[in-house]
Amino acid sequence: MPERYLRQSALAHLGLESRAVDDPGDAGLVLCERAHLGKVGLRGDAGDKGFLDAVAKELGFALPLRPNTVAAGEDVTAFWLGPNEWLLAVIPYEGTPLAEDLDKALTGLHAGATVLTDSRTVIGVSGPAARDVLAKGCPLDLHPSAFPSGSCAQSLLAKADVLIYLHEDGGRFDLYVPRSYADYLWRWLEDAGAEYGVAVSGD
Amino acid sequence: MLLIECPFCGPRAEVEFRCSGEGHIARPETPENISDEAWADYVYMRTNPKGLHFERWMHQHGCRRWFCVARDTVTHKIRAIYKLGEAKPALDEPKTEGEGA
Repeated sequence: MPERYLRQSALAHLGLESRAVDDPGDAGLVLCERAHLGKVGLRGDAGDKGFLDAVAKELGFALPLRPNTVAAGEDVTAFWLGPNEWLLAVIPYEGTPLAEDLDKALTGLHAGATVLTDSRTVIGVSGPAARDVLAKGCPLDLHPSAFPSGSCAQSLLAKADVLIYLHEDGGRFDLYVPRSYADYLWRWLEDAGAEYGVAVSGD
Repeated sequence: MLLIECPFCGPRAEVEFRCSGEGHIARPETPENISDEAWADYVYMRTNPKGLHFERWMHQHGCRRWFCVARDTVTHKIRAIYKLGEAKPALDEPKTEGEGA
């Protein structure tokens, strides 16, 4: 892991802070980068009660077992990625202690926790045109009847791999995007949203 | 575009998937005891049927899990989707004549 003072978010070079506004006005699309959100990859057997119990004890809530669902505690959000794979998003920044604690709790089990904090960044997409803009490049059905609040799904957005999460309040999509696609995806979003007006907000 | 029912994630668009060729090909249990021809047959030779074909697919841009698909190579219709390790489903050979294939 790099020294903390060397850490840069994947979109640091775009100077987004200087463009951030408190009031997006009549912009149809509001973008932000949620930089340095801690992330931990978790693998384990969903059929093993010992694994599920150990994780639930560590996190304070049970892992989501239904496809495309999310479970959240105070500081941690767990996304279902597959039948034996989850992504944990951790607030505040440091994902390391949680991964270490989980690793300890999972000792002896066929399971593991990996720090993925800097592998991806998170782009927040909100505003009245958010669904329309995402629909331009994503094959998922994003209609509220098919993709309700609190859902997550891994798919493609403009050919880039993303994990899409719609917050419980339905107000914002979070796109978990691999670091190397982040610049491309941000520029694609600005282009796709241009017809609705784009504003940048703080985290 | 096909809407493919991932056994883990549910229905998703075809672009998220990758077809990886014929399925149900078992690795020889004792490769050291078989002829070069038999090994080459295992490594390289695949059926290329017109009609029902059993394939392995992967949900590349979703859950990244492998599964099996029984697909009609003429109509591109997916006849069955099942998990790895499950037996081939019993399906009739399709009657492709006159289906406008």
